[in-house]
Amino acid sequence: MNEWLDPLLLSRWQFGLTTVYHFLFVPLTIGLALTVAIFQTAWVRTDKTKWLQLTHFFGKLFLINFAMGVVTGIVQEFQFGMNWSTYSRFVGDVFGAPLAFEGITAFFLEATFIGLWIFGWDKLPKGLHLATIWLTVVGSIASAYFILAANAFMQNPIAFRINEERGRAELTDIGTLLTNPISLASFPHTIFACFMVSAGLIISVAAFHLYRKQHVDTMRPALKFGLWMMVISGALTTFFGDSLSLAMVKAQPMKMAAAEAMYHTATGANASFSLFTLGTPDGVSELFSVRIPYLLSFLSTHTLDGTVEGINNLQDQYTTLYGPGDYTPMIWVTYWAFRWMIGLGIAHILVAVVGLWLTRKGRSPKATWIWKVAIWSFPFSLAAMSVGWIFTEMGRQPWLVFGLLKTQDGVSPNVTGLTILISLVAFTLVYGVLAVVEFRLITRAVRKGPEDAPVPDAETGVTPQRVTVY
Amino acid sequence: MELNILWFWIIAVMFIGYFVLDGFDFGVGMSLPFLGKDDTDRRVLINSIGPVWDLNETWVIVAGASLFAAFPEWYATMFSGFYLALLVILLALIVRGVSFEYRHQRPESEWKKWFDGMIVVGSAIPALLWGVAFANVVQGVQLDAGHNYTGTFFDLLNPYALLGGVTTLLLFFTHGVVFVSLKTDGDIRLRARKLATKAGLVTIVVAASFLLWTVLAFGSLFTALFAAAAAVALIGSFLLNLRGSEGWAFTLMAATIGLAVLTLFASLFPDVMPASNDAANSLTIDNASSTPYTLQVMTWTAVIAAPVIFLYQGWTYWVLRKRVSRSSIEAAAL
Repeated sequence: MNEWLDPLLLSRWQFGLTTVYHFLFVPLTIGLALTVAIFQTAWVRTDKTKWLQLTHFFGKLFLINFAMGVVTGIVQEFQFGMNWSTYSRFVGDVFGAPLAFEGITAFFLEATFIGLWIFGWDKLPKGLHLATIWLTVVGSIASAYFILAANAFMQNPIAFRINEERGRAELTDIGTLLTNPISLASFPHTIFACFMVSAGLIISVAAFHLYRKQHVDTMRPALKFGLWMMVISGALTTFFGDSLSLAMVKAQPMKMAAAEAMYHTATGANASFSLFTLGTPDGVSELFSVRIPYLLSFLSTHTLDGTVEGINNLQDQYTTLYGPGDYTPMIWVTYWAFRWMIGLGIAHILVAVVGLWLTRKGRSPKATWIWKVAIWSFPFSLAAMSVGWIFTEMGRQPWLVFGLLKTQDGVSPNVTGLTILISLVAFTLVYGVLAVVEFRLITRAVRKGPEDAPVPDAETGVTPQRVTVY
Repeated sequence: MELNILWFWIIAVMFIGYFVLDGFDFGVGMSLPFLGKDDTDRRVLINSIGPVWDLNETWVIVAGASLFAAFPEWYATMFSGFYLALLVILLALIVRGVSFEYRHQRPESEWKKWFDGMIVVGSAIPALLWGVAFANVVQGVQLDAGHNYTGTFFDLLNPYALLGGVTTLLLFFTHGVVFVSLKTDGDIRLRARKLATKAGLVTIVVAASFLLWTVLAFGSLFTALFAAAAAVALIGSFLLNLRGSEGWAFTLMAATIGLAVLTLFASLFPDVMPASNDAANSLTIDNASSTPYTLQVMTWTAVIAAPVIFLYQGWTYWVLRKRVSRSSIEAAAL
């Protein structure tokens, strides 16, 4: 069997592809649910039609996106058993519980109330109907908590003991499992990043219409909302990103060293953060780099004279601890993914800060290029989200569960490379086609803009109820 | 009772929830070419399940995650062993799910036709393959000492399993058509009743053969009681549909599916995935389950959450109880 049919490699590609793809829709679902809930609340409170129009408009974008999040999510759950059965047998007792909680408490809530929200406009009283979208928000955010708690176990396994006889990890304390220091930081970091992605969409969509001087009475408030949402959630994403890196330095020092491609332990000014490096990917020789002294020390320890362990030192430690082997992730991936995550995220926040300044007190920028930047900045946060996941998962390698199980040992032993190749190709094709359809539908709905508000009947004075029909 | 035995039956209940609820979704999807004479008819059908398909499908996510948590070995063996079958199910669920949301985004009939086709195929494939999968679990498959499936995809397509697949396909089809008669109004409601009669006859014959085979080959007295009750419920549903008692016909159809799933689980007990080659390699409730601690945590979660879930899901169906008709669809379009 040649190397193209290596089940391990193919399973990793499939998991990476399907996960990054799934997580294009998740942040939009989480963030737009909140956005729609806020707009609808504003409408219920003020009775101003612009908020109702915005609720329906962003509600439509939310729904086009929602189904994709649901159906690609089922793949994620099935894949653990399909491609990673040895892993599933090993961690199921611990890892399965948060997944089950996610389904029982969060997914049911989300899936039930989203249906009621879509079809309930004419069937529920105003206040109760508003409650359905808020329950959807609660469900979507709770699901993120449980899945990140499960993921945190892979990064920083706690609350378990190893049963040698059964060859598996067993849960010892559910409370500890659900309050993993990694998930306490990664949950808010991820959630606020999800809000950034949605804010990015709102800014881009509003700018598209305002640039064309259309739908100004709805899109102007939408733009302001999106800009504020970006700035606030951007600040919080950064803050919790910092908490996450502190937790990560403790739990997975190798990941932080790999994020910086730092081979040798360094202290104080020498623990510098490189903004940009040109060199050989293996880091053996550096051609050019822009460095900020002390910054890495500060990021890793919150002190200027801290010591940050280097890759080579950690490699030696791990060899002593876990036996001979390569314990280094792919450095060029972690190094660049970390930088792109931070760079794209900050760029998007800057777009929003400048945007707030330019639109202060009813002002509106004239220059075309400013609007173009606002319109085309949408992918920044979304791409930052993807590379952030690539960083955190690739930085965990070669471990599947850090210190307990290597990725190469987690794969299903009985599924052939050909089988996985078939499924990888099938997912790629189906996901590719759906991405095109989805993109076209979203841009079409965006271009159309918000619908006019329903007008009260001339004779009865009653405003017709919205009825949703597929 | 040991907690792992309790969880064996909780998993059964979750799959009953999934097959009863998504089962009628699949049936409605498959009925598009039979009951949907024109676009308005097809919209009536799709809108009858529009608000609930996602909630119904969530049952399989919850069942799968609970299986993972309560019986990791069972989950790992079944999902890796049935890889290609599950791949096809996943792809079908993907195209079907997005079709509900995408179909109404554009007015062109070419566009709608495309998604109608995907709804039909995306409903029929899981309806067939879930039956094939569960029949194989009951019958037993080749497992090595590490509980890994050693057969091929084509080994799964044996006569008993295929009969199981056709049984679930027909059960879900009839279930969906009866649902249409309960949930719609006008001409389509009457046509659904007639189609339910025809489909019901075929379903009775096929399902009875499958249940009989199950009882004779893998069953016990316990199994026979469930199978007999399933058969009675199915025939009862057929007769009540003839009489036009749509609500009761649907209820008994749901009971039929529930009892059929119980028949399969009762045949399995106390195994969860018997090895056909060597009984020593079989997965049982004892050697496949999680620790008592994990099961205890899960039990508390389920005990607290279940009443709330039943309440709000039941309430949702109550809020959406109004029948869908051509006139309600046409009125909304104005």
